[in-house]
Amino acid sequence: MTMTRDGRALRAVVMVVLAIGLIGPIMAGLAQTGRAAFGIMPVLGAVEASLTPWRDLLTEPGLWTAVRLTLWTGLVSTALSLMLAVGFCAVTHARMTTTSAARWLAPFLAVPHAALAIGLAFVLTPSGWIARLLAPVIGLDRPPDLPIVNDPWGIALILGLMVKEVPFLLLVMLSALTQIPVRQHLAAGRALGYGRGLVWVKVIAPQVWPLIRLPVMVVLAYALSTVDMGVILGPSNPPVLAVMLTRLFSNPDTTRILVASAGALLQGGLVAGAFAALWFADRLMRNIGLWWLRRGGRGSSAEPLLRLASAAVIALFVLGALAMAALLIWSFAWRWPWPEALPQSWSLKAWASPTAGWLRALGNTVLLASATTALSLVLAIVWLEGEDRAQRGRAGWAEALIYLPLLVPQIGFLYGLNILFLRLGINGGYTAVIWAQSLFVFPYVMIALSDPWRALDPRLTRAAASLGAGPWRRLLAIKLPVLLMPILTAAAIGIAVSVAQYLPTLFMGAGRVATLTTEAVTLSSGSDRRVTGVYASLQAGLPLAAYVAAFAIPAVLHRNRAALKGSSA
Amino acid sequence: MRVSLTAALSVALLSTPALAQDWQATLDAARGQTVYWNAWGGDERTNAFIAWVGQQTSARHGVSVQQVKLTDTAEAVTRVISEKAAGQADGGSVDMIWINGPNFLAMKDKGLLHGPFVATLPNAQYLDLSPASPNSVDFTVPVDGMESPWRLAKFVFNYDSARIDVPPATMAAFIDWAAANPGRFTHPDPSNFMGATFLKQALIELTPEVAVLQQPVTDANYEAATAPLWAWYEALKPNLWRAGKAFPENQSVQQQLMNDGEIDIAMSFDPASTAGDIAQGLLPDTARVFVPEGGTIGNVSFVAIPFNAANRDGAMVVANFLLAPETQAHMQNIEVLGSFSVLDPAKLDGDAQAAFSGLPTAPALPTLEALGPTLLEPHASWMTRLTAEWAQRYTR
Repeated sequence: MTMTRDGRALRAVVMVVLAIGLIGPIMAGLAQTGRAAFGIMPVLGAVEASLTPWRDLLTEPGLWTAVRLTLWTGLVSTALSLMLAVGFCAVTHARMTTTSAARWLAPFLAVPHAALAIGLAFVLTPSGWIARLLAPVIGLDRPPDLPIVNDPWGIALILGLMVKEVPFLLLVMLSALTQIPVRQHLAAGRALGYGRGLVWVKVIAPQVWPLIRLPVMVVLAYALSTVDMGVILGPSNPPVLAVMLTRLFSNPDTTRILVASAGALLQGGLVAGAFAALWFADRLMRNIGLWWLRRGGRGSSAEPLLRLASAAVIALFVLGALAMAALLIWSFAWRWPWPEALPQSWSLKAWASPTAGWLRALGNTVLLASATTALSLVLAIVWLEGEDRAQRGRAGWAEALIYLPLLVPQIGFLYGLNILFLRLGINGGYTAVIWAQSLFVFPYVMIALSDPWRALDPRLTRAAASLGAGPWRRLLAIKLPVLLMPILTAAAIGIAVSVAQYLPTLFMGAGRVATLTTEAVTLSSGSDRRVTGVYASLQAGLPLAAYVAAFAIPAVLHRNRAALKGSSA
Repeated sequence: MRVSLTAALSVALLSTPALAQDWQATLDAARGQTVYWNAWGGDERTNAFIAWVGQQTSARHGVSVQQVKLTDTAEAVTRVISEKAAGQADGGSVDMIWINGPNFLAMKDKGLLHGPFVATLPNAQYLDLSPASPNSVDFTVPVDGMESPWRLAKFVFNYDSARIDVPPATMAAFIDWAAANPGRFTHPDPSNFMGATFLKQALIELTPEVAVLQQPVTDANYEAATAPLWAWYEALKPNLWRAGKAFPENQSVQQQLMNDGEIDIAMSFDPASTAGDIAQGLLPDTARVFVPEGGTIGNVSFVAIPFNAANRDGAMVVANFLLAPETQAHMQNIEVLGSFSVLDPAKLDGDAQAAFSGLPTAPALPTLEALGPTLLEPHASWMTRLTAEWAQRYTR
């Protein structure tokens, strides 16, 4: 009984912190945006509720194309990423431990979306790396005038999103698979004459799906509302909706903020609609799936498809690796004109130039990442420990609340949140930025930590309890050390998320808190790939260092604990 | 009229102890302040110049400068608006903004600016502040001392002379040039100020009556004034880069396309940027500047101080330092920034004039004469209308 009460108290603390720190600000931000969308923004002299912002939004040129492009790129990239990740898992799962896979995936998880997009644009564009390698072969003296990046069909954007999302889904999926007896299912299925691929589709995927549904929703929401990737890789005239809204928010004619706010609600509607579609697909699959299962087809026709999927995943990895390599090379280049495959001249100027000021940005980034990650980790551990002590699983509504910041498009509430923070008088400082970033870091830390936490062998704590260890001692002496690896992995993910935050840092920091990401995005509006390369390399390097530490620290600390090396992560 | 009177008075009175004391009070109050200068951050040379300004004001007046790098000036405007929305009447986060045109108009109209303050700056004595001077009128909107000039901007094209022998001589000639070189020219998206300026430059050359553009646009005069522009653009568009279906985000991205060899002609609002970018390794050595016959649009870059700036005195000290003859000469040095000075040469003494005439030159740096006459910016409402119609026509 005392354990339950203790657990309730812990959970209550977390709920209060979340309600005030996370739900409240988002709701307040949404409310501000909602008021503006219906014409109320006193500072602009707009005091009367009206539908004018909506009417203006609907007559905005290219709006429907933008909406169509947003849905198309968002849905296709998410669906393809999911299919490829499942296929790749099916082929490689037997040959790869979660830990070694995480090692592979780390660089792709670490590199921020914007940096990857810049590198990818250089690799793919008609004057880019691939074209330069081909130029001497097919005799091009000028880059071909082909719509490859910023193409009107959004293919480059879909590719860019997939390079980032497939590794994320793979990681989530691999960690979910540790909770399913995959080997036994496979053996049983194959003994019954099912092909390997079909066992994956019919038996394993339905069990994995509930565990990865929320991460898939996060991916979907991101793909539908990305600004940085949309600007760099997406179609240009009209762009995807989120980019169109960002332009409206920064129009010299300030009354356009009202139209942009209406658009932000529309953006939220698109995401909600996509979730609804996902829910229907889920239902539909359940019914079709049962019927399909009962038919009992053993077909091994899925085998070549699986191979195709893993080939596609490897191609995506190669693209991503080329993009990162291109950025690193650019940062050491001086002149690298068409059609040279490598720079004509090299220089350290981009790194050495004092005006680049990357040292200050790096300092800020490290500070923010440490603070937000520490805060989020503590909250997550308190939450999970509360669940253990209350002897309860997680309520669905609580889960949904945690993910709220990742599911609501940033553009929908950040502007309003900014006004709230200003009223509280904490805008423009580190507190505001740490708070705003934590809204996004905490959910990812929860995603990374909760499954390994729940998968912890309960016999360990039971043994400790029977030896007389109280709840705090069990937490500090058993759980935390045993879970060191997943905790550090969660921390690394938290750091990567913090480093990548652009809009929250910009809005809440009033632009004064310069980080690697805000500087990189600002500079990418200039034309100097070399300086962008410096920032993007650092942007990717910092989280990568965190991932390496997440692997190295347990390896050293647990060097004489065989069972704790390379366990679940 | 009011502006010139205040300006004239201030220059006349500056030698009197009262005003000198006022300025001394500003200097005293400014000591120890850090000025958050919100400025577009896409140009490394400008960023470096701003950093230099900070070192100087810190050493001379104890005022340091921190650049807040913007991707778009409107970001800073939005920031001040949200602060006003939250009722923050002082202690604001934006101390100074690099601003002009529509953003200035928006802030002035909504009462978001501090001032008038230009006349109180001692170095305003070197400015031509007569009513018709570009320093007094920003996109036809009277400045009224609410923003202080710091550098000249003038629209120019640049091209790679290794790939092009003779660039188009007029805006009209771009049609034939693009037809002969399909896919080798483009312009930034008109939602960006550079893309809008390209349209305005063509409008000024093609419109039947230029004077109309100095008045606010009306439904009555819009049609006749812009019909030739759209006819011209319809002829040009099919031969643009990517058949006019995609446009670079801004002039820097367009310049990168030129450096990559995807297009042959780019554009800039700074005649010195081509020489500067060659020195930076961002353009081939063979890049050169050209302007159409009849001249190009020019305007002045200003700095303004928001009504709620936390470090108002510091911002005024920086605005004043920007107008010092030695600062302007340093800025006009092609090895530093190369931007042309806003000062009136007639108001400078011999030493200052010598500082300007002794500046180094570069092969890609055009002379003032080669840049032709400077054309006035149309009233800001034309730009809004033009970009809206462009979107109506071509964003599908």
